[in-house]
Amino acid sequence: MIYTAGIDVGSTYTKAVILDEKNEIVGRVMEPTGFKLTEVAEHAYEKSAQEAGLSTDDVSYVIATGFGRHQAQISDVHVTDLTAAARGASFLFPNTQTILDVGGQTMKATRLSDDAKVRSFRLNDKCAAGTGAFLEKTARYMGYETNEIGPLVETSKTPVPISGVCAVFAESEVINHLSEGMDPADIMHGAVVSLVDRSLQLMKRVRMEPEFTLIGGILRFRRMVDVIREKLDSDVNVPPGDLVQYTSAFGAALLGQRRLKKLATSGTAEYQPTGG
Amino acid sequence: MAYAAGVDVGSTQTKAVIIDETGRIVGRSLMDTGANVTRAAENAFQEALRNGDLLEEQVGFIVGTGYGRYKVTFGNTQVTEISCHGRGAVHMFPGTRTVVDMGGQDTKAIRVSETGEILDFCMNDKCAAGTGRFLGAASAALDIPLDELGPTALRGQRAVKISTTCTVFAESEVLSWLGKGKKIEDILLGVHQSIGTRSAGLLRRVGVEEEVTFTGGVARNVAMIETLNERLGVPVNVSDESHFMGALGAALFALDHILVSRAPASSVERVP
Repeated sequence: MIYTAGIDVGSTYTKAVILDEKNEIVGRVMEPTGFKLTEVAEHAYEKSAQEAGLSTDDVSYVIATGFGRHQAQISDVHVTDLTAAARGASFLFPNTQTILDVGGQTMKATRLSDDAKVRSFRLNDKCAAGTGAFLEKTARYMGYETNEIGPLVETSKTPVPISGVCAVFAESEVINHLSEGMDPADIMHGAVVSLVDRSLQLMKRVRMEPEFTLIGGILRFRRMVDVIREKLDSDVNVPPGDLVQYTSAFGAALLGQRRLKKLATSGTAEYQPTGG
Repeated sequence: MAYAAGVDVGSTQTKAVIIDETGRIVGRSLMDTGANVTRAAENAFQEALRNGDLLEEQVGFIVGTGYGRYKVTFGNTQVTEISCHGRGAVHMFPGTRTVVDMGGQDTKAIRVSETGEILDFCMNDKCAAGTGRFLGAASAALDIPLDELGPTALRGQRAVKISTTCTVFAESEVLSWLGKGKKIEDILLGVHQSIGTRSAGLLRRVGVEEEVTFTGGVARNVAMIETLNERLGVPVNVSDESHFMGALGAALFALDHILVSRAPASSVERVP
């Protein structure tokens, strides 16, 4: 059996996936990225191999992706997160035309070409109001932890309007709403709506077309998906379970399998490292 | 003797100032605004009264200013913080033509006339980058009290270039520089320079005309004063009362009301 690994060193979490040659995930691990990118990439890789009952020696090819991919020294090659996400999303949902990836500190919209390559993209990594950090901050201002966002927002029926202009300015807004007796769940819901509005702006700029595939850690919040579906007035694809967070790592590992198969058919033992 | 009061309810702190008929500050107070804005305003006013050893009845007129000015329910009227900072700065430094006010959540550049009237202003209303909050983020990330940020930054030799714009992301950038072995004072110097560059940009949009007076809570920060001097190429005026400039301006407007109500109608010149 030939195994490949995909390691996605994201702004908030690092994800590692081990894939067998039938493209089945046999090991996956996620840990907070922190500030030691080289170490976290290595650690997540080793743990994912362990989870698959393998040693890293059994893994034939490692592809790193994500913002910290250059620091992942254990990889054979690295690819951009857009390429990895495109591969992962179009493998899971072959009719994907537009990908929205919302992470802890970034938001990316990608439009794919007919052969599932990246045709155009827009990203925001400059302003926290357009990323998962906006929800995290809003939760924090109200005394909730990040993992409580999902359950909290599920209980809301009506969102309280929150201006999504700045994650810092949101603090006074949130505090004012709380002091007026607003329900924290409704405030959180409002923050979700405002983040979705920002994501739609980004998607419009890549000339979005269905089918839409939503990935990234923030899409694990079902309310986020519901609001996007509502605002797009269209069905959306979401990878099942926690795969929504692993899509790019999965895509990187898939690219590894494809690369190895190509090398096997071309008969060359040496591979040429490429990628962004 | 009648007294006039100004209460400046800022995004982070609430300031109250009481002046006598000559415009001299006789009582002042400063406290965190917190969630209950009305109560903060009330407490700040009462504290200023105690500070000046005065009774509420001795205060003839109260003006509220700052983002929470409409929550100053006991105030007689409200004036925008732009007008108040301009008025306060010109009162304190009569040569003032440009005011840079750096507060907890906003930075304003204001151009004023000789009489303290507002000619033009510009502020960051969409983004907290380049405001006091940027320092707050650095303070939280490095676990250094706000008051020590300036003195620490002044010891820096080689400023670290801060690349993030967003205040939220600045916190992680500061930590990542620390992880890369940069000195705290060099990181902090970089943080001050980043704010200085953004504020100077704001000031140029209204035009920098001498003298420049630096007001708001951040004006107590020595490294910020140094950075602004350097970025603007002119020394900025800073007073010990810089933090109270908005409240002082409000109190001066309040004093106008008192004096006008006494004066014969023909001599009424200005009421905001």
